[in-house]
Amino acid sequence: MQADYQLIIVGGGPAGLTAGLYAARARLKALLIEKGATGGQVLTTDWVDNYPGFPDGISGFELMDKMTAHVDRFELEKRFAEVTGMDLQGTAKTIFLGNGETIQARTIILATGARPRKLDVPGENEFSGRGVSYCATCDGPFYRQQEIAVVGGGNTAIQEAIHLTKFAAKVTVIHRRDELRATRILQEKAFANDKITFIWNTQVQAIEGDESGVTTLRLAHKDGTTSALPVTGIFILIGVMPNNEMLPREQLELDNAGFIRTDTEMATSIPGVYAAGDIRSKRFRQIINAAGEGANAELSAEQYLAGQATPH
Amino acid sequence: MASDKVLHVNDSDFDNTVVANDLPCLVDFWAPWCGPCKAIGPVIDELADEFDGRVQIAKMNVDDNPATPGKFGIRAIPTLILFKDGEVVDKITGAVGKAQLVDLINKAL
Repeated sequence: MQADYQLIIVGGGPAGLTAGLYAARARLKALLIEKGATGGQVLTTDWVDNYPGFPDGISGFELMDKMTAHVDRFELEKRFAEVTGMDLQGTAKTIFLGNGETIQARTIILATGARPRKLDVPGENEFSGRGVSYCATCDGPFYRQQEIAVVGGGNTAIQEAIHLTKFAAKVTVIHRRDELRATRILQEKAFANDKITFIWNTQVQAIEGDESGVTTLRLAHKDGTTSALPVTGIFILIGVMPNNEMLPREQLELDNAGFIRTDTEMATSIPGVYAAGDIRSKRFRQIINAAGEGANAELSAEQYLAGQATPH
Repeated sequence: MASDKVLHVNDSDFDNTVVANDLPCLVDFWAPWCGPCKAIGPVIDELADEFDGRVQIAKMNVDDNPATPGKFGIRAIPTLILFKDGEVVDKITGAVGKAQLVDLINKAL
């Protein structure tokens, strides 16, 4: 069966774009499908200081502009469309698009990424966009001179807490443990910032508010006590959940949290199907390893295509 | 490609261009520093082409126009508000998919 493409890459973040770069340079007949604009979650990152080659750091926005320009230089075919489903079995794998169209390829790289995880507490959905936010770079400027909270203790939470001090009068970091997971240099910056205070061993129980939006957080402390924290905004930065809604769960092996299991060469449980970046089941989610996995997945796909080569 | 069907509105012309519009209007409140706003940009352009003549798709830069977002209590972007006969029909916050935006628009048709 003749497929439309040798390779389809689903997702245009750092993993998908790097896979695309390698595919374009390998002169594969390849297509990258992205639902919005290329860049992925990095677009929501204020500043990137840990991507090698940028000694002065770079904004998330600019880094992804550069990655997009890089694949454009090698003329990777891109398409902006929503993938609603896929059939990954057999030699020709089918991608279903939101407009009813189908496209086939012999290999697929799944680089669909992840999105911010929710707290799952009362008030979170009700006040979403009215004080509850998952993107500090997007919504920080709406909180000038206000008192706000950040939930989380990882790199994203601490990086964005520091960013939010540019706008807010006071930023309270609420963390369920007694120490941060964020890298040491971010911890040092946060501890030295007199606009940031910490509430340790504490979880948010409920988000309350009125017509104006969020007004109060109900907090539960580890010692069994509770308290109320008056804030106008709460930034929830507690990790990610997989963008897996379009994946065929009955065909593809996922872990308990819904991320795709692969081997060390990025091969999934289905021959010819690879995964890279934040959608992959793994411990660490960094821009640099997403990019590295994208390269690895593409090289694995190439090898698979070479082994499957047919006379026509 | 950016669609020429998207109307760029501001604080001073909002009443004339959106509130008084005979067509339902979907207004995308955005800012240049907002990554997810950029991410849904191509979807907004597609919607403008697809709903041309039936729904006016508009964009407002909240950086340059503080009054209107304040009036509608916007504290997160992108926020998309659907207006019909000058009244708010419904709204969505965040970079949602095209299908969800089509569902939103259909509430005014």
